[in-house]
Amino acid sequence: MRYEAPRTLADATGMLASCQGTARVLAGGTDLLVALRSGLVEPELVVDIKRIPGMADIVAEDGGWRVGAAVPGAALGHHDGVCRAWPGVVEAVELIGSTQIQGRATMVGNLCNASPAADSVPAMMAAGALARIAGPDGTERDVPVGDVAIGPGVTSLAPGELVASIFLPETPARSGDAYLRLIPRTEMDIAVVGAAVSLTLDEGGCCTAAKVVLGAVGPRALVVEDGAAAILGTTLDDEALAALERVASAAARPIDDKRGTVPYRRKVAGVLARRAAHIASRRAGEKS
Amino acid sequence: MELEFTTRTTFDKVGTRPPRPDGTDKVTGRALYGADLAGADMLVGKVLRSPHAHARILAIDTSRAEALTGVKAVVTRDDFPHIGPEGTVKGEVEESVWDVARNVMARDKALYEGHAVAAVAATSTAVARQALKLIDITWQVLPHVTDVDEAMRSDAPLVHEDMITAGMDPVPEEPSNIAEYRKVEMGDIEAGFAAADVIAEQSFRTEAAHQGYIEPHACVASASEDGLAELWCCTQGHFSVRDMCANILGMDLASLRVTSSEIGGGFGGKTTVFLEPVALLLSRKSGRPVKMTMSRDEVFRASGPTSSTSITARIGATRDGRITACDATLRYQGGAFPGSPVGIGAVCGMAPYDCPNVVLHCYDVVVNRPKAAAYRAPGAPMAAFAIESLLDDIARKLDIDPVELRLKNAVKEGSSSVYGPTFGPIGFEECLETARDHPSLEAVPGPNQARGIAAGFWPNFGGQTSVTVNVNTDGTVLVSLGTPDIGGSRASMCLMAAEELQIPYERVKAIIADTSALGHNDTTGGSRVTHSAGLATIEASRKVIDIMKRRAAATWDIDVDAVVWDQGCVRPSGANAGDHEPLTFDAIAAMASATGGPIAGHAEINAEGAGASFAVHVCDLEVDPETGRVTILRYLAVQDAGKAIHPDYVEGQYQGGVTQGIGWALNEEYIYGSDGVLQNPGFLDYRIPVASDLPMIDTVIVEVPNPGHPYGVRGVGETPIVPPLAAVANAVSRAIGRRMTETPMSPPRILAAIDGTS
Ligand SMILES: Cc1cc2nc3c(=O)[nH]c(=O)nc-3n(C[C@H](O)[C@H](O)[C@H](O)COP(=O)(O)OP(=O)(O)OC[C@H]3O[C@@H](n4cnc5c(N)ncnc54)[C@H](O)[C@@H]3O)c2cc1C
Repeated sequence: MRYEAPRTLADATGMLASCQGTARVLAGGTDLLVALRSGLVEPELVVDIKRIPGMADIVAEDGGWRVGAAVPGAALGHHDGVCRAWPGVVEAVELIGSTQIQGRATMVGNLCNASPAADSVPAMMAAGALARIAGPDGTERDVPVGDVAIGPGVTSLAPGELVASIFLPETPARSGDAYLRLIPRTEMDIAVVGAAVSLTLDEGGCCTAAKVVLGAVGPRALVVEDGAAAILGTTLDDEALAALERVASAAARPIDDKRGTVPYRRKVAGVLARRAAHIASRRAGEKS
Repeated sequence: MELEFTTRTTFDKVGTRPPRPDGTDKVTGRALYGADLAGADMLVGKVLRSPHAHARILAIDTSRAEALTGVKAVVTRDDFPHIGPEGTVKGEVEESVWDVARNVMARDKALYEGHAVAAVAATSTAVARQALKLIDITWQVLPHVTDVDEAMRSDAPLVHEDMITAGMDPVPEEPSNIAEYRKVEMGDIEAGFAAADVIAEQSFRTEAAHQGYIEPHACVASASEDGLAELWCCTQGHFSVRDMCANILGMDLASLRVTSSEIGGGFGGKTTVFLEPVALLLSRKSGRPVKMTMSRDEVFRASGPTSSTSITARIGATRDGRITACDATLRYQGGAFPGSPVGIGAVCGMAPYDCPNVVLHCYDVVVNRPKAAAYRAPGAPMAAFAIESLLDDIARKLDIDPVELRLKNAVKEGSSSVYGPTFGPIGFEECLETARDHPSLEAVPGPNQARGIAAGFWPNFGGQTSVTVNVNTDGTVLVSLGTPDIGGSRASMCLMAAEELQIPYERVKAIIADTSALGHNDTTGGSRVTHSAGLATIEASRKVIDIMKRRAAATWDIDVDAVVWDQGCVRPSGANAGDHEPLTFDAIAAMASATGGPIAGHAEINAEGAGASFAVHVCDLEVDPETGRVTILRYLAVQDAGKAIHPDYVEGQYQGGVTQGIGWALNEEYIYGSDGVLQNPGFLDYRIPVASDLPMIDTVIVEVPNPGHPYGVRGVGETPIVPPLAAVANAVSRAIGRRMTETPMSPPRILAAIDGTS
């Protein structure tokens, strides 16, 4: 196994592109190192992106925030601007692992590991985040986060590509987001179900925009269009929230496994969607 | 010679909380654990394990592995001497040597997924791993069974084709997976139920739980050409490791020296051998030291968890809450070999209660799972889960406070116990009263919250123990123990020696000596060490005092009867004895050479008089009615310690037992696929509690002295894991209004109970 720590994005993508065998990008390594240890992957090349200048920066852009691919969870959690704009995204990232894991784990690693249960992915999708993908020929393209992880362990990245940063857009007034997950313990666990909601209210408290995304109930994070429809135009009264719960449960496509049964995940998907919407609307109200 | 004593009640040093002697090295990372030793030219040993739950091994071809550069030895079943079930046993061995030998290396069949089938020693981990892939095994996969109830059916696949149930009358003609049946009986069960006004009856199931020690099994073996060998390993009992390895490998006990490393948790799971005989064999074959360590995955798949169980129980009581009868059928699987703790577990369940009519049917069952090992109060938590749940149902039916119900039926001094002996002084009533009056019970449970109460019992063990107390010429003291320190016992021994010798705690140090330095010591287990090694330490210290008295008397040229030991000095017993300045401990130590040579006390005992320890636990929790998730709000553990030598470590035992019990109650389980393969061999999906899952666990140490120990000590390590399954179940059941009868009470299972779909 060859380990490289290039100093430019172009070098990194070049190395990845020219590798004949399996190549892996190394961000925080909290997924990759575990996989290496257990013999799950035996890559020929590991490209550490943490030495590339700017990779660990969070910069303001167009009223939103651009988060570098090597920004660890702990740094994101200490960034006032991002915390104010996207508390739901930050709480999702901060749920990953423990204090030790937070010092390393990145949002981009969470995305590119492509686990259906990844905590930050539903929250990023609900926030309308874009992934900036860098290619070997110096190209860059921006794609919705939801188009990056397309199945368990599978991404849409072409050979030689990597995710350079995540863009979290500007938040309209009276907006709020939230993420909740169900785990049997309080930390160090994988979501049995996750639910993210991002929404905007008008001055009367009526919902004018909403996104509802579920995690761990399908092969990839699931956008619940009907869920958004259930709360749009409402004040998130009990009836609207009950409708959201119903459609979120119905939309879930879970499997039975050691972490939960189909009926359990289905029911909890609805419960968490409803609770997340409630928190998001409270946060939106507080920002008026 | 038995030590004669009256139990004392006032102390100078015992009961204080000085820092533990092993603490600094542990927190700085300097302490040497099982994997921390290295020898010259040491090789890495790795085990090839069965991917099948049950399969006949038709052939093993190791030639490709042996040909790999860097491979120095490969061992399989063919390298082990034949023992057979009939073989004679030397030393002190509590398990069947034949079963353990077949567990450390499969013979004709692999009996569970993870069963060792071959091992290699190589110059690096990478080479060893590569070599494992080059071992060719021809399998004949057989049908398997992992569930205890299914294994008892007459059409179940047989784990051992020739196993006839022991203890049945008449002797069954057909083999089965039931290794043994045992019946425990007391009184007249029919009359007992006839006298009952209410009866509670349920079936219960508990899934297997692993001890979850953080340090995986590890050892370094070095066998030399002259037939001698040394072994360094992480164990609760290096003497039994020596005896077991010597039996499996056909060695003399004197030819094998075993040193126990520091131990990162054991909880009963490190009372047997797994890697050790294999490492010795690899070392013998390669002529080089061999280190072996299990991965976490191997720990789960191949070392012993406790039994999963299926229990049906029935308890009857009169209208005023007197228990009149209990009958129960308990089925425990012991993994692929006989020896589940069903017998002792069964009696522990009812031991706290004065019930005249009891029948317990105990079934020891084999399945295609790893050989069960001891786990803290082996067998008792499951039986207590059933009994304490039923008592809660009776309390509700009769509308009696659950503590009062238990007080009405609590055993006390003079009560006869279902496990045999008549109780001496015990502290169960004191524990119940202490729990009842504890301020934490003033908290009133809110919506979706409830309180669960349960009691627990463990008889505690004594056993063979050998201790040496050496006095140095500067007046410091070294205590050599043969019982690995898994819970702070070195600190307790230092306190007891310091108390006896009336010298400062800081002047006493304790070590765990190897198997060649002391007489036999039984394993650290059964909550026996503070009691038995304490007894031996006290006896050895008193011998030191006797020697010191003789030395002083000789110095003064008076009779030894004319001197007394008083406040750390020898002084003349009275005016008639002469006018001599008292000689201090340090002064006598300093003149050892001139007065007859080194001063040391020994004790070699087979300790008796271990006093039973009872506990009462109170658990307050909240259930999220929409997700089934449980949050533990408050937890109180009250337990009789007899005398807490070092209260910090007694409280630590209570809290640790509770923590493990809560994990077992809520989330821990062995999950098998339909292929018999374990699906969660890691801490991600085998969910032991993390720190943030639990509140601070309140403890109260009750002290009803045990007359079987000079200071009144009772073992405390095991009882605290007995009540939590039932305490949690009783709280959850009250919170949701339905009786929970199965562990783990994971969120999906609780939600199914709430929704009525379970
Ligand atoms: C103890 C523990 C607890 C955990 N708890 C959680 C949890 O609660 N929730 C959760 O969702 N996850 C959890 N995880 C998983 C992991 O921590 C997260 O997925 C984390 O966000 C991964 O980030 P990383 O930077 O460490 O990724 P890495 O391990 O560096 O990479 C992950 C994957 O993404 C690829 N990759 C990394 N960066 C890029 C890039 N820029 N472009 C393309 N591909 C890239 C890597 O090649 C690798 O395949 C846990 C892991 C551990 C060890």
